[in-house]
Amino acid sequence: MQTPVNFKQLRIAITGGTSGLGLALVRHLVARGARVAFIARTVRTVDQITNETGAYGIVGDVGRKEDIYPAALQVLGNLGGLDVLINNASSLGPTPLALLADTECEELEQALTVNLLGPFRLTKALLGALAASARAKRGAVVINISSDAAVTPYSGWGAYGASKAALRHLTGIWSEEARAEGISFLSLDPGDMDTPLHALAVPDADPTTLKRPDDAAVKIIESLVAALPSQAIRQTLESA
Amino acid sequence: MSTADLVEPRSAKLLIAGGDGVVRHLPRAALASLFSSGDLVVANDAATLPASLKGIHDPSGQSMEIRLAAWTSAGDPTQFLAIAFGPGDHRTRTEDRPSPPPLSPGDRLTLGPLAAIIGELLEHPRFLRLHFLGDRSSILAGLARHGRPIQYAHIKEPLALYDVWTKIAADPTAFEPPSAGFAVDWHTQARWRQRGIGFATITHAAGISSTGDPALDLRLPFDEPYRIPEQTAAAIAQAKARNGRIVAIGTTVVRALESAASADGSVRVGGGVASGRITRGTPLQVVDAILTGIHQPGESHFELLRAFADDVVLNQMSAKISAHRYRNHEFGDSLLVEGHPSLFSERNSKVRWSGSPR
Repeated sequence: MQTPVNFKQLRIAITGGTSGLGLALVRHLVARGARVAFIARTVRTVDQITNETGAYGIVGDVGRKEDIYPAALQVLGNLGGLDVLINNASSLGPTPLALLADTECEELEQALTVNLLGPFRLTKALLGALAASARAKRGAVVINISSDAAVTPYSGWGAYGASKAALRHLTGIWSEEARAEGISFLSLDPGDMDTPLHALAVPDADPTTLKRPDDAAVKIIESLVAALPSQAIRQTLESA
Repeated sequence: MSTADLVEPRSAKLLIAGGDGVVRHLPRAALASLFSSGDLVVANDAATLPASLKGIHDPSGQSMEIRLAAWTSAGDPTQFLAIAFGPGDHRTRTEDRPSPPPLSPGDRLTLGPLAAIIGELLEHPRFLRLHFLGDRSSILAGLARHGRPIQYAHIKEPLALYDVWTKIAADPTAFEPPSAGFAVDWHTQARWRQRGIGFATITHAAGISSTGDPALDLRLPFDEPYRIPEQTAAAIAQAKARNGRIVAIGTTVVRALESAASADGSVRVGGGVASGRITRGTPLQVVDAILTGIHQPGESHFELLRAFADDVVLNQMSAKISAHRYRNHEFGDSLLVEGHPSLFSERNSKVRWSGSPR
């Protein structure tokens, strides 16, 4: 990919970096020379991906309030600052997928905690570092991974869809409010991918009809690059 | 932290001493409407480390607490200067804490998931150089998991990192919060921007404020490394060229900027170590006004204010602080002291700030 962005200067944090899209992003960004930290829940897989990629692996659960600042501390301590935050970790809500009427309140709460509050908390914890990066003219970008379920009310996707719709709207408001700080916020829908999360949601889907996480990661990196060089902040995107 | 301990930031108070010597009260929220177009506010964006670590002194098996107190090499978490305490926690006043077991170079400490070795004792049985075993990443993970913010007996509830990071916290290098920065929220920054007031940051590794030992306290502050970004030095030069004022958020910013000041009032870009005390008679090359917490005469932070205002003004402030019950801990109310014009007589004549909310 031809790009004016020097990835070696970029300090990037990704949540949910041990499977699916998050893992593909870690691999691609490390391969392009970026300094990457990722946050995921399971020690074993964090260690495995750390050893494989050389990225900084941080054990933490974005759905746990107590984990947010300790994770932020490690991101900033390891990377020496932050230019890009990718809130990718997601929870599907009830599995198998359930009608709203059959969804327990706690299941909706859990989806909101991981998909909405988690990115909100982590963004707040890292906003000072992102603003410092923007002041240093390095560019500062937050990408919140969205879904078409954030826009279209699919039956059975109530907890996930409602939480992603809220995240998408939150991203839009962040974008308005943080523009003057020089921080860009993007809501990006990677499309239906062949990932563990999709397999949980649609166990009988034909994987050959689904996008490969690698391809989706490349698209997201293109959007990131487009958001980076110009300090004039772009409008919130919703790309396919 | 319990709400009883915390001053709700929106209800915090601000005591202002203007350059004209007039002392008055405002709600701290009025900060957003202070200063003038062309002025520059400079804050410390250091994030606070969870620098209090409970653990065991392996040779004796006794429990103890280590408080990381200073960097030996800025930003390298494998080695720190540290203060040792015996068993107990922050709810006991530091000066009443029992001593740690006798410590010797080479002793191993187990601090939760972290292992450390005492490198040397620094002319005091509780002051030491500490080496953590492991790499940078695993040490940061251990600190994040096991460390707690350093805190003192006036706040009983345990603090979380969330409580001690300012809104602008960016670089985890401070051992205690650069607490003047608690007054600066994003709304305030946005209002300043709209009003033509600049905002810039430095990073200054604020150190510990108390060791619990009078002899050790005399050695405070330990060396505090700072870093001044290119953009901040440029913003200072630009503000000064336009006769704008430089407002420091906190004593750490004053110490860093004055330490990096050249004779012409410009500021050197890059890292340094703030040394030397600022007090009555110290010429201020860069900073015109300071926002800080509530302090009383005798405290080093209050003595620093003597570089900005004379005794008459400071005595007035002190009296109002007592009479109006300003809250004097790190989460409390704020003071804004504008330097008296006579203090800057050697500098080029400057447009003085009226201090009026607008």
